[in-house]
Amino acid sequence: MIEVQNLTHRYGERVALSAVSFAVKKGEIFGLLGPNGGGKSTLFRILSTMMVPTEGKAIIAGHDVAREPAAVRRTVGVVFQTQSLDKALTVEENLRAQGHLHSLSGATLRDRMQNAMERLGLEDRRKDLVDTLSGGLRRRVEIAKALLHRPQVLLMDEASTGLDPAARRELSQHIENLRDRDGVTILLTTHILAEADRCDRLVLLHQGNIVSQGSPAELRSSIGGDVVVLETSDAESLAAGIRQRFSANASARDGQVRVEISNGHRFIAEVVEAFPGAVDSVGLHKPSLEDVFVRETGASIE
Amino acid sequence: MSLCGKRGPPLNSFILPAATLWQREMIRFWRQRSRVLSVVASPLIFWLLMGYGSNDLGRYYSGTLVLTVMFSAIFSTISIIEDRREGFLLSMLVSPAPRTSLVLGKILGSATLGWIQGLMLLIFAPLAGVAIGLADIIPVIAAMFLISFTLTGLGFAIAWKMDSTAAFHGVMMLLLVPMWMVSGALFPMATAHGAVKALMWANPMTYSVALLNHTLRLPNASPGATESLLVTAACGLLLLLLSGALAAQQSTRSAA
Repeated sequence: MIEVQNLTHRYGERVALSAVSFAVKKGEIFGLLGPNGGGKSTLFRILSTMMVPTEGKAIIAGHDVAREPAAVRRTVGVVFQTQSLDKALTVEENLRAQGHLHSLSGATLRDRMQNAMERLGLEDRRKDLVDTLSGGLRRRVEIAKALLHRPQVLLMDEASTGLDPAARRELSQHIENLRDRDGVTILLTTHILAEADRCDRLVLLHQGNIVSQGSPAELRSSIGGDVVVLETSDAESLAAGIRQRFSANASARDGQVRVEISNGHRFIAEVVEAFPGAVDSVGLHKPSLEDVFVRETGASIE
Repeated sequence: MSLCGKRGPPLNSFILPAATLWQREMIRFWRQRSRVLSVVASPLIFWLLMGYGSNDLGRYYSGTLVLTVMFSAIFSTISIIEDRREGFLLSMLVSPAPRTSLVLGKILGSATLGWIQGLMLLIFAPLAGVAIGLADIIPVIAAMFLISFTLTGLGFAIAWKMDSTAAFHGVMMLLLVPMWMVSGALFPMATAHGAVKALMWANPMTYSVALLNHTLRLPNASPGATESLLVTAACGLLLLLLSGALAAQQSTRSAA
């Protein structure tokens, strides 16, 4: 449904994306995970036809985003990170204006509006000014708006920014419904791990490069066993000591040593005994997407 | 759910987006009526001070009408800059509606607002010693609309490429306000110094002021009526086309 081939983008000298390639299948939720400045927004702007890439191409439902923007715009719905609603208008007025931009009118438009509002639970707010709505509700209006023309693909940029965890979960539920009930293909950018975990597949973006891609489970299983995090006053030397003694993958960062190892519980007992007094505190967890990201880039996402 | 929406005839896909943007401007204007004061009040105060100060309210009347319309055009088009970062303009940018239709809708909407606010000042015509006869009313309001359309087009063309409202304020003070000052709003072309006279000749706003002086039957109506009408209309059309072309440009820089 979406094909990105060797996409490169430069802002003057600065390279924001370098030869990025991936493909999104029909009916999946695909995530672009990475820290701010990793290239997500650049990719989003190119896919949503807001700018043309300096090299490479992107194809959505058979249309080249740079060459046939009008065709792409009919196929995709876009939800922006910032607000794209008119706060001085009501929910209904915003939706109607959006419908008109897509040449929808009359009974068709009324049905679509009704349908979109039902789907996102907005019917009782239809006459309310957007200005009076909460952040979570506004997001839902944005999505309803993006769906009016029944797009095959929904692009969402950091859609859950500024939402509390409850509103965020609710939003994820709505997105999954769209995939399951309507077969909409969804591409979203995020720097929130919980959100990335709910994607079917994702790519990790760092400094304009894809550092890893796959399903969340695949990515996590690329780290065998457990992750043990040790707090210490001298991270570098402890990490070096662990690498030597346990021949495990240990890295030092911000006063912490992060060790990837199978049978983490046994390792904890051994490491505390082997380096008496060096370990201030110990944590053990199953590998997260953050761990994958840290291993691939040495940097943190959030 | 069918995959693609049924689309209306091509005419629909041009007129509907333009109409909805025009309507949006009207609704916003109606809901924020109090803002009218900020546009109408300052030209009105300038006019009363200068007019009574010089004992010649009639001389500054057309200029005041143009200033009101200009302020309105500035307020309307400055919102384009904010609207593109966060606002309704974002959805316009990624909609399949033709850019020319969007530009036309936005300019017509803003022009209508400037026109309405300009018309409000016509109430004060008797103070300027102007009696608007029944036969004059249509030409006056038509001229006001044309001027509002042209100035809004100018505002749009300036605002579209700008990243910050601060830059727009700069342009306003360095370009638009001086343009207004040498438009015949403050002094007639006939008695102006040679260099300033040339500036006035080249200034499109001069033709707007003259057009109003003609239709309101005020003195100092130069250049001529036909010339004023043609120049103002041509500028409006050119600025509309320029704005359309600017908005339709594809770039490797983000539109928002």
